[in-house]
Amino acid sequence: MAGDSGDGMQLAGSRFTDATAVFGNDLATLPDFPAEIRAPAGTVAGVSAFQIHFASRDILTPGDTPDVLVAMNPAALKANLPLMQRGATILVNEDAFSVRAVQKAGYAENPLEDGTLAGFTVKRVPMSSLTTRAVEGIEGATSRDAQKAKNLFALGVLSWLYDRPVDVTERWIRGKFKGPVCEANLAAFRAGWSFGETSELIDVQVKVDRNVDVAPGTYRNVNGTEATALGLIAASVKSGLPLVFGAYPITPASDLLHALARRHDMGARTIQAEDEIAAASMALGAAFGGALGVTCTSGPGLDLKTETIGLAVALELPMVIIDVQRAGPSTGMPTKTEQSDLLQALYGRHGESPLPVVAAQSPGQCFEAVFEAAQLAIKYRTPVILLSDLFVANSSEPWRIPDAASLPPIDPRLRTTTTGPFLPYSRDDNLARPWAIPGTPGLQHRIGGLEKADRTGAISYDGPNHARMTQLRAEKVDGIPVPDLEIHGEPDADLLVLGWGSSYGTIRAGARRVREGGGRVATAHLRHLRPMPANTGALLRKFERVLVPEMNSGQLAHELRARYLVDVISYSKVQGQPLLPSEMEQQIWRHLS
Amino acid sequence: MAAPELTKADFQSDQETRWCPGCGDYAVLAAVQAFFPELGIPPERIVFVSGIGCAGRFAYYMDTYGMHGIHGRGPALATGLAAARDDLSIWVVTGDGDALSIGGNHLIHALRRNVPIKILLFNNQIYGLTKGQASPTSELGKVTKSTPFGSIDGPFNPVSLALGAEATFVARTIDTDKQHLPMVLRAAAAHEGAALVEIYQNCPVFNDGAFDALRDKKRGAENRIYLEHGEPIRGVVRDAEGALRIGGEGEPVIHDAHREDPSYAFALSRLSSSPDGPTPIGIFRDVRRPVSGRDLARQLAAARAAADDASLDALMRAGDTWTIS
Ligand code: SF4
Repeated sequence: MAGDSGDGMQLAGSRFTDATAVFGNDLATLPDFPAEIRAPAGTVAGVSAFQIHFASRDILTPGDTPDVLVAMNPAALKANLPLMQRGATILVNEDAFSVRAVQKAGYAENPLEDGTLAGFTVKRVPMSSLTTRAVEGIEGATSRDAQKAKNLFALGVLSWLYDRPVDVTERWIRGKFKGPVCEANLAAFRAGWSFGETSELIDVQVKVDRNVDVAPGTYRNVNGTEATALGLIAASVKSGLPLVFGAYPITPASDLLHALARRHDMGARTIQAEDEIAAASMALGAAFGGALGVTCTSGPGLDLKTETIGLAVALELPMVIIDVQRAGPSTGMPTKTEQSDLLQALYGRHGESPLPVVAAQSPGQCFEAVFEAAQLAIKYRTPVILLSDLFVANSSEPWRIPDAASLPPIDPRLRTTTTGPFLPYSRDDNLARPWAIPGTPGLQHRIGGLEKADRTGAISYDGPNHARMTQLRAEKVDGIPVPDLEIHGEPDADLLVLGWGSSYGTIRAGARRVREGGGRVATAHLRHLRPMPANTGALLRKFERVLVPEMNSGQLAHELRARYLVDVISYSKVQGQPLLPSEMEQQIWRHLS
Repeated sequence: MAAPELTKADFQSDQETRWCPGCGDYAVLAAVQAFFPELGIPPERIVFVSGIGCAGRFAYYMDTYGMHGIHGRGPALATGLAAARDDLSIWVVTGDGDALSIGGNHLIHALRRNVPIKILLFNNQIYGLTKGQASPTSELGKVTKSTPFGSIDGPFNPVSLALGAEATFVARTIDTDKQHLPMVLRAAAAHEGAALVEIYQNCPVFNDGAFDALRDKKRGAENRIYLEHGEPIRGVVRDAEGALRIGGEGEPVIHDAHREDPSYAFALSRLSSSPDGPTPIGIFRDVRRPVSGRDLARQLAAARAAADDASLDALMRAGDTWTIS
């Protein structure tokens, strides 16, 4: 569904998604926002699109070549046509193809007339005028209301085309809008539905059965940001620690700030800091006071936070840093995805500064990933970086909602007493130091960024002590037990495809296509980048070839080669776009032969 | 509840102090340690947060909770701590380089937010720990290692800066003034929101004598213009144009630290541009404004205490859900 950024395509898309989810299909979605907030109307730069992929079997990605495109204007058509394969259906808002609009989109001729769309099934629907007619009779509704409701007309047509449940959408409209605007939207939606039903233009209705092969449970649709917010709240509830979330507005990470800022009801405290440095420092200051301190950022924000993260390494206090990766360097492409902060997360601080790095692999899995990041941070008294990215943050999928009672409690093990003098840098079996928070009588102590003497925490410039502390900090992180890598597919294949982070679904989908074509391939996915699973090296050596696809210039490949001396094959993509199942399929075939 | 009487010794940590002999920091530390018992707050409820620089070491010497942070970030660390805990007395110790140069942004925003923290700004007009470079309060023309031909940049007036940043409490005192320093600390501690206390602090190694015009017994007596709420300000008049001036014809000025309009306190802060002549000392401004997040803290604490598996389940299940059996 593509249109001008003012056309409400994200809204139409998310409504279609909800209806689809409630109907019982598996699905994945991907919004594509324009880079500019208010790009000139009608231009290709101003196109906003929403993609959904749904089916009666399990869906792994938002898909690569859509079967249907809804184009609300010529620019939307122009921007998205390259994605489409011949034979696909294109629904256009015919009313929007005026001479001027066609020119504005950069077409010399009207693409509906000049053969551009030959080979596609084109359905020309006068959406603007049909919406106007549907809204006309409503008392109090203006022509502007009609103009704004045409996305719901389009949604109505699509909902009929795929036989989506109407009540879910109508209930939402009633909840969201009031008065004449509500009536106008309802009328537009129903007009779209009726148009689908009665017009001979839309001749077939497509039935997509429920996905029956689904684990029992209660589901909802979530994007990565929503799942991350819920995961943080869950970690706060299960640890009993107040959540203090410091952030500075930055695309695309700000959405998490927005989501948590609404959660006063769960005791979450968000602070919009004066800058990225302060956002991280506030999280760390809160952690000193016994809170679950979290900060979130993207792109250059991570650079600015590194100083505070280094302090957290030295202080050995729990802290979670969420990096919603986007294309760099510098400002780069703020609205485009990438996985290019991996090496920065692992190594991007001065001095020997180790910390655990966890990656989120799908929108729903962000919940688990951030919950685990908090668990590790609290258990090991360490900052933990969670790498997500724009793709996983904005995409959505059905998520099986866990029972709160089934989530493990997180015991913060705050130190409240001491026998003998308190030793803030003594360690438990996990090499974690005691966390004694202000307000605890008798345990007053001072910590800081200066190197500390083992056990006592007193300032120390002693060489052998520094060597010991360096080793302890590294051993603590590298000693964290993480689950082994699991092989999916044929364990005795010649080729292993090893990915990390948000490419999980894409790699699986590509491999599935290869298997359907008779190929044999194994896949595995890293969720822990430091420490890596204990069996990683053995697996790399077991396969004849290992293909490592990444949305960067080969950062994981670099790390694997350095760590395990295995010459993996890097497949790298840095176009600001997620990897596609079709290109994964192609790459796998290439390395199978 | 009668707490056991606290003494100065209760606030002295076992760390050996490591400032240069004769450093003004010793005098401030001694005054702070001597003052704290009177607050009646047990040491475990007090936190000192510091940045980098000679003053940053202060946190190690107080037997309270302490965090020696990173350069300039003290107010940000303290803001996070204050957001997590409204039951603590939080003090930030910083210097002129730490607070006004690398940490300038955090300082002004902590003041703007009116975070309940007390910021002690040790102003020695020089970088001490890095061995003698010009600081943002060094005077124009100052010759230092980094400005061998004299500083070409004019200094900040920290009091004016804080007032411009909407500070609700701004004061200035002197490291060796054993009466005045505790009086200012007392008022800062009693203030509900953010308090900024500029302390003129002598660095005998890199900038000795910078404050002699005020610290020196004889010259100090002449040059200190004490600000006392409700009292006339000695030597200061309001002239025919309504401007505050030192000396000359005009009406006497009765000090009003509680005046809402900050332009009065600002005018006071402009009476001197450097501490080498008559300079106002005392509390420039002490007004009430909502304290950052105070009501929110209570509301959130209650919400969190009530948050359990049931409320988490309800939150996770909010909106459209469907069940597969
Ligand atoms: S350098 Fe100056 S400010 Fe620093 S400790 Fe020495 S005398 Fe004090």
